[in-house]
Amino acid sequence: MRAVCWQGVNKVGVEDVPEPHLINPRDAIVRVTATAICGSDLHLYDGYVPTMFRGDILGHEFMGEVVEIGPGVRDLQVGDRVVVPFPIACGGCWFCQHELYSLCENTNPNAAFAEKLWGHSPCGIFGYSHLLGGYAGGQAEYVRVPFADVGPIKVPQELSDEQVLFLSDILPTGYMAAENCDIQPGDTVAVWGCGPVGLFAIKSALLLGAERVIAIDRYPERLRLARDAGAEALDYESTDVLAALCDLTGGRGPDACIDAVGMEAHLHGVVGTYDRAKQAMRLETDRPGVLRQAIMACRNGGTVSVAGVYGGFIDKMPFGAVMNRSLTIKSGQTHVHRYMRPLLERIQKGEIDPSFIVTHRLPLEQAPQAYAMFKNKQQECVKVVLRPS
Amino acid sequence: MATEPHPMDERGGPPRAPAPAYEPAHGRGALRRVARVGRRVGSSLERVDEAAMARALGWFSIGLGLAQLLAPRALGRAIGVGERPGLIRMLGLRELANGIGLLVAKRRGPWAWARVGGDMMDMALLGAAARADGASSAEDTSAGNRRRIAVAGVAVIGVTALDIYAAQKLHRTEAARAPAAMEVRRSVTVNALPEKLYSFWRDFENLPRFMKHLESVSVAGGNISHWVAKAPAGTSVEWDAEIVEEQPGRRLAWRTLPDSELFHEGSVEFQPAPGGRGTIVRVDMRYRPPGGRIGARLARFAGEEPDLQVYEDLRRFKQLIETGEIASTQGQSAGRRSVIGRMSLGGRLS
Ligand SMILES: NC(=O)c1ccc[n+]([C@@H]2O[C@H](COP(=O)([O-])OP(=O)(O)OC[C@H]3O[C@@H](n4cnc5c(N)ncnc54)[C@H](O)[C@@H]3O)[C@@H](O)[C@H]2O)c1
Ligand SMILES: [Zn+2]
Ligand SMILES: [Zn+2]
Repeated sequence: MRAVCWQGVNKVGVEDVPEPHLINPRDAIVRVTATAICGSDLHLYDGYVPTMFRGDILGHEFMGEVVEIGPGVRDLQVGDRVVVPFPIACGGCWFCQHELYSLCENTNPNAAFAEKLWGHSPCGIFGYSHLLGGYAGGQAEYVRVPFADVGPIKVPQELSDEQVLFLSDILPTGYMAAENCDIQPGDTVAVWGCGPVGLFAIKSALLLGAERVIAIDRYPERLRLARDAGAEALDYESTDVLAALCDLTGGRGPDACIDAVGMEAHLHGVVGTYDRAKQAMRLETDRPGVLRQAIMACRNGGTVSVAGVYGGFIDKMPFGAVMNRSLTIKSGQTHVHRYMRPLLERIQKGEIDPSFIVTHRLPLEQAPQAYAMFKNKQQECVKVVLRPS
Repeated sequence: MATEPHPMDERGGPPRAPAPAYEPAHGRGALRRVARVGRRVGSSLERVDEAAMARALGWFSIGLGLAQLLAPRALGRAIGVGERPGLIRMLGLRELANGIGLLVAKRRGPWAWARVGGDMMDMALLGAAARADGASSAEDTSAGNRRRIAVAGVAVIGVTALDIYAAQKLHRTEAARAPAAMEVRRSVTVNALPEKLYSFWRDFENLPRFMKHLESVSVAGGNISHWVAKAPAGTSVEWDAEIVEEQPGRRLAWRTLPDSELFHEGSVEFQPAPGGRGTIVRVDMRYRPPGGRIGARLARFAGEEPDLQVYEDLRRFKQLIETGEIASTQGQSAGRRSVIGRMSLGGRLS
């Protein structure tokens, strides 16, 4: 079969690889009908997530048809049309039973290594480095799905692939980012990053009752989508973000701040007393320019919700601000399983149509061009959907 | 406040046994240290994967460091310290030296020395800040400001001295520590009742299902069982063990028979976790490898990080109980691997 493989920094290729087979009793094989490239994939593409090896099959946002199931799989049949959540969860551990699916204790075969880097290990994730299990991803014609009776959700035929595909990751991620803000009536939420995650966070914050959402990015097409979604938009290249947020909120700062950018924040235009230190930060594994800004901007006692992915160590973290100003930080790989059903219901009711973010539809074979285009935000690219032929 | 009884004391419910004090294994210091002693005995079979992983992580940070070493001017402009290639190179060196050093290092000495390097970088940064302040704004050149920076500098120098001391100390103790018997203590929390876990474990023939290095355990009758462990080159190491303690649902202990070629004893305890969180499974094992060929094989069998291996076994035990299977990617599809990839994958890293 054909699969998108990581071949090195800034290099992916579509290669011929063996078709996947069942390895464990609770596995299923899914024939992929649609898969997407995520901002998280860019961290791999750019080489910021350690333990990627040449030949690793990428992709954690995918859906398709079940073509084979192991003897241990209940509640799923060959022929079912499913969307698969990106975290792999067993359903039986304490974390799964508390709906903290991305912290499942039983799905990362390389947990010992993750523990060395992070203290404890999160779950395994499709196509997301060996630190997170080394599972082959879904940017391929077929994919092996472990614990197939826990993750995949059956979707009705009347919804199109593009309407349901993003249940696999970014819709729940945007939603959880907003939910983590514990939004109260009258709240103002600021969202850094108007990529797919940021856009869904904006929609979700409004859905959850935010009075105002202020969105920050620099690409006009993304800022336009943010405005269409109901946010006020700030271009951080022409605006002093901290001053503007302060001004827009009567001097208090936003009640909650969402970082939907992550470890590769573009640092141009950063202001404030931490300037030089912030810039020096560029030398660390992660570039938390946005995280620092979100902390500094947030109102006293407010919440900083971190959806953007971080990998290792950050420096010059204004933790004094967090402590002295009673801020709450919430984060995590999304507990996707928790949100799939309620969000599918919202899609069915017409409350959300996630397909508005798709700007490019390409065959799987064009993945290399798609990665480059999405990385450089060329051709007003916001989200690419790939289809195996 | 202080004289009021703690609300916990008034709570109803069954009387609680006092919490057992944490007891370092055999009073020879913290668990970690014991484990490290064990590690030094072991030799190299498992080290391949471990080392490959360390390399992968190392390269990652080395990549970052190299950018700073090779393109210091561009970076310097970017980070606003101007053209200071020397400073940037130093930052790069720090990145290189630190890497994920402490996290993967088998010995901590070198890492501590890397910290000293980090302190020196901070001192250099402080110097740069003083000069950059002067360049950027007139009022920053005030004597007060420079004094502040000087005070900070003295503080950093103090920390540096401490780090140098710590580095030397670590170096010395690690060099002095002699190899000893392997001794491992690990625990894991499993989402099941103690009784269920106990009976699964009590059936020793189940052990090879999650203990990676065991080929088989057969019950020979009574309390005696025969253990066969995998050793390199398709060979095996065998011994007989007897159950020496049996508290159904709570604790099980076993030991090699006196005339065995090697000494091994172990125990496993099942303790209910608070708040209905399942059972804490605690394993305690000791090996004394004999001399000669058997000893060498056994050292390999135990690998260089016996505590990690026992932990991995416990993790597999947990997976079997909680999910009925063991997470794996063995034999899955991949594109063309590089030499490094092929060397790194398989074994412990999948
Ligand atoms: N928590 C999770 O489970 C989870 C899931 C999916 C994605 N993510 C993460 O969310 C982040 C965003 O993903 P995406 O798919 O939307 O990526 P994306 O690359 O499309 O979007 C990132 C956006 O951030 C903007 N940006 C960069 N620097 C900025 C700055 N200084 N201020 C404001 N905006 C800035 C970019 O212009 C871009 O529009 C990534 O880090 C991704 O890894 C997390
Ligand atoms: Zn994603
Ligand atoms: Zn689980």
